[in-house]
Amino acid sequence: MQIQSALDAASLQARSIEHLWWWMFGVGGAIWLAVIAAMFFALRAARGRRGSDDLQHVPAESHKGLERVVSGAVIITVLVLTAFLVADYGVGRALAAHPSRALTIEVIGHQWWWEVQYDDTNPSRRLVTANEIHIPTGEQVQLKLSAADVIHSFWVPNLQGKRDLIPGYTTTHWIKADKPGTYRGQCAEFCGLQHAKMALHVVAESPSQFRAWFAQASTPNNPPSDSTSLYGQRVFLTAGCSVCHTIGGTTAQATIGPSLTHFKSRATIAAGTLANTRENVEGWIANPQAIKPGTRMPAVPLKPAELTALVSYLETLK
Amino acid sequence: MTPRDENRTLPADVTLADEELEREASRLDAVWQTKRGLWGWLTTVDHKEIGRRYLVTTFLMFIAGGIEAAFMRTQLMRPGNTLLGPDKYNQLFTTHGTTMMFLFAVPIMTAMGIYFVPLMVGARSIAFPRLNAFGYWTYVVAVVFLYVSLFANTAPDVGWFAYVPLSGPQYSPGHRVDVWAQVVTFTEIAALVAAVNIIVTVFKMRAPGMSLNRVPLFVWAQLVVSFMIVFAMPSVATGSTLMLATDRAINMHWFNPAEGGDALLWQHIFWFFGHPEVYIIFLPALGFITPIVETFSRRKVFGYTALVMSNITTAFFSFGLWVHHMFATPIPELGQSLFTAASMLIAIPTGIQIFCWLATIWSGRPELRTPMLFVLGFFFTFVNGGITGVMLASVAFDKQAHDTFFVVAHLHYVLIGGGVMPLFGAFYFWFPKITGRMLSETMGKVNFWLFVIGVNVAFFPMHVLGLNGMPRRVYTYLPETGWGPLNLVATLGAYAIAVSVVVFIANVIRSLRRAPDAGPNPWDSSGLEWAVSSPPPPYNFVHTPIATSRHPLWDTAIDLPVITGLRSDRREVLLTTAFDARPESRHYHPADSIWPVYLAGCMAVVFIGSIFSPYFVLGGLGLSLIGLAGWGWTGAQDRERERVQVHQSIVDTA
Amino acid sequence: MRRILCAAIVACSLAVACEREERRLNQSSPNGPAVFVAQVPLQPGPTLVTDTAEGPFDDNAYGTSEGQQLFEQMNCSGCHGNGGGAMGPALMDDEWTYGSLPNQIFASIAEGRANGMPSWKYKLTNQQIWELVAYVRSLSGLTPKSPRPAREDHMMVKPAPNQTPNAKPKNTGLPGASQRP
Repeated sequence: MQIQSALDAASLQARSIEHLWWWMFGVGGAIWLAVIAAMFFALRAARGRRGSDDLQHVPAESHKGLERVVSGAVIITVLVLTAFLVADYGVGRALAAHPSRALTIEVIGHQWWWEVQYDDTNPSRRLVTANEIHIPTGEQVQLKLSAADVIHSFWVPNLQGKRDLIPGYTTTHWIKADKPGTYRGQCAEFCGLQHAKMALHVVAESPSQFRAWFAQASTPNNPPSDSTSLYGQRVFLTAGCSVCHTIGGTTAQATIGPSLTHFKSRATIAAGTLANTRENVEGWIANPQAIKPGTRMPAVPLKPAELTALVSYLETLK
Repeated sequence: MTPRDENRTLPADVTLADEELEREASRLDAVWQTKRGLWGWLTTVDHKEIGRRYLVTTFLMFIAGGIEAAFMRTQLMRPGNTLLGPDKYNQLFTTHGTTMMFLFAVPIMTAMGIYFVPLMVGARSIAFPRLNAFGYWTYVVAVVFLYVSLFANTAPDVGWFAYVPLSGPQYSPGHRVDVWAQVVTFTEIAALVAAVNIIVTVFKMRAPGMSLNRVPLFVWAQLVVSFMIVFAMPSVATGSTLMLATDRAINMHWFNPAEGGDALLWQHIFWFFGHPEVYIIFLPALGFITPIVETFSRRKVFGYTALVMSNITTAFFSFGLWVHHMFATPIPELGQSLFTAASMLIAIPTGIQIFCWLATIWSGRPELRTPMLFVLGFFFTFVNGGITGVMLASVAFDKQAHDTFFVVAHLHYVLIGGGVMPLFGAFYFWFPKITGRMLSETMGKVNFWLFVIGVNVAFFPMHVLGLNGMPRRVYTYLPETGWGPLNLVATLGAYAIAVSVVVFIANVIRSLRRAPDAGPNPWDSSGLEWAVSSPPPPYNFVHTPIATSRHPLWDTAIDLPVITGLRSDRREVLLTTAFDARPESRHYHPADSIWPVYLAGCMAVVFIGSIFSPYFVLGGLGLSLIGLAGWGWTGAQDRERERVQVHQSIVDTA
Repeated sequence: MRRILCAAIVACSLAVACEREERRLNQSSPNGPAVFVAQVPLQPGPTLVTDTAEGPFDDNAYGTSEGQQLFEQMNCSGCHGNGGGAMGPALMDDEWTYGSLPNQIFASIAEGRANGMPSWKYKLTNQQIWELVAYVRSLSGLTPKSPRPAREDHMMVKPAPNQTPNAKPKNTGLPGASQRP
């Protein structure tokens, strides 16, 4: 599968748009070729005499003929445009179809990460995570999009067109994945210094796998068992990380930065910027500004032993 | 057919003797000539001098924007490149967009109008010469302000469209966005001033006999665009100068949802201007094409009326398309579909124009000189951009392509193919008229081929990149996305464009160094501007010509008829009626004046100062009052209006 | 003549690298003051707090705006009420219990203070505290006007710092006992 491509559809919506694109590309390409061919044909007389001072005189029948050709071209243009319009309307209708009830996920755009909350009428069952959205395959999922600061845009090309997240508005967007896979998306509305590195992943799993993931994600992490991880947890709670981040099951419940509950279960860190490996996590915590200059996460001064322990602790958050 | 006569400013007339013409010419010269030295340079109101300056300054802006683009393309050449960090990149792409849209594209089109419209309608000058000068100096303030800011790390960094809340007071600290807002203010004033000037010149100062259905298509395009400017520019002025600037400086809440404002409001106000803006850039270019196609196909254009009506229809429709920039926002879908229909509909008048030109070439005898090559480049490139535009008009497809490199490809195809290529053709075509020298054909061909190839190599891969997921306005991207190779190709194309522009500049410099070698009508074209010497004298025409048809220089069997009787002991112009161009009255023409420069300086104080303190606004307005008083303080002699029926004192020499 | 004019303009602009607009993204900030902060006005020897240095972000619009964000995120309003004071003292007036100099405010935030001001030095980095210092000083008009933040994108609960009149900085150490709240 081509990563983050609108031309590799993995859902009904993206597929309808892709078909529309190829159809428009064919017709549009043919029109362009026709116009260019007409242009080259019109130049055939260039091979004739040059430099004469006489102006070209066009006889009446040629003029009538030209009128007919031009009118015909205009009529064809109108017909083609009408066809485009009808096709677009048809695809739009198809994209708008959705069920009345579905799994609802709130996505809130921040500078420069995605907050993801799984809706539930029982507030204690809401699942809060960040930058990675798990959905079950084969069913439509409703996304409720809003923004916490500036305008962002949710875009996972393999699955669906984009939708802007605008402060002051909550909008509804529908996605549905046909088959399991991990689909990369990216913010598509310029939102400041790190707009380029505000990616997300939609992980589509079979319904049973999704339920298993959901159940596991809703339970707090097990407390760490070995001494390094325990020390790492203490570093996390005292070194300032808990001022911004949440880890379920601990006293760290801040919502300023992304939630780190089950941090190790995610494939990437820093909103899709780096793979979630030990080395990358260490490098990120040691100096976030070197990787995402302008990010709001500060470079907390840690001693090497503290950093190692902290990362060991984070590695236990599966 | 008028014989080409290189040695005289006007074809000789049976009843006007040569010596009489020369005496008249030298009297007019003495009265209309701009003074020498710095004072003369600052006070001139000659529309050709102002037009020339405008052309040079806007071309410098084109180069500046191109350099910014070169930096951006070099940064994006490889994934993870470290040439530019995010802050510098954001400033560069914003300055690139702002420069190209506000400081290059619109002003260069109005500059062509300012220089050529009076000549093409047979007038001595433009309608409001001092206002014209004021517009130029205000534009210069914008240029200096933006570029000083760029070097002082204060360039705007929110995109040329400056969406709120990112560009609002909380998320754009400092004064970078205030610089942007005021650059827009100055360029909008300059554009409005030029538009008003052109409208009045075209309606009231045409040569007798040039009824509306005889007006050249270049002039029609400029007239239509001037009306568009009058309706579109106030929208962006309201948005940026009034609303965004006051939100930031004095804490208004126009765009603050918590206090009753709306972030989407900015988008509506901006794009209501922003969409017509691109047609303001595009329509004058269409006006360049007709005279070039006519001259190099050796026939009058097919479908004059259709072309005029298409221009007007395009202008009207362009005001009904703006929501297509907002298809990804939560606007109701039914409303969005209406804009899809409108955005597709506008392809029809543009298509009509292209078909008419192709018909002209087909039934003509095409000559492939450099201006004509650029017109062919326009067909090749713009039609591609127009078709991707129709694709983007579809809401469903736009939801994938919006804010990706697909749109970057589309916009450059239409703006470069539809705006810059005809502009280069126009440069090659009218350069002899402005400077008296021909540009080299060989270098012109090199320029053309490098340019066309460069543009297509640079921008075609971007269609693919956009569909493969690359969003806009990103300073870098990850290697695993696979976007590296096409980005590299695009960068190489950009370098080719740079080389072709260098070739053009070399061509210009080389020609300017040679002695004048172009007569009044080197291409044997048909417009009135080709009836005067190259370059034209300060007073344009010794005697106002009479336009007997749409193609005066092609249709008059003998010498061009003229009207005599305008005074040559002081500056005077002829006013005619709006529709049929019957002579109506004489009008005084102002002398050279320092007040336009002074007032532009006051505008600078008012608007740049408003960023820092309201006292600058008050002080600047106070200083402006002095300027306005000086401007309006004309001597009794100038004020004397002669409503004498001119035809009684005219000698018709036809 | 024209060429000289153009060259002069370019030269001037290059010389004026604007401090207000700097975004110091990947640099470390100066450490906090290593001064001993007195809780009572009695101290042996000369007054220790004499440093009148500018805070590193006082001139910097971006840093001050980051401070504004931190003020909200760290819930300073919980005690200081958007600057007008509630349980904690007002930050917009010219009464400074522990002094208004950047170093003094840094110490107040980092070390914490009696009567409920928490200590932030293990919670925030030095850079973040200096950003807060710049913002707090801007609330009462002690920083230059141009880099001060404007309104925020939520309800207007206080006049924005860029509308606050300029204040004269108080270069004193501590107020006398009678002025303490």
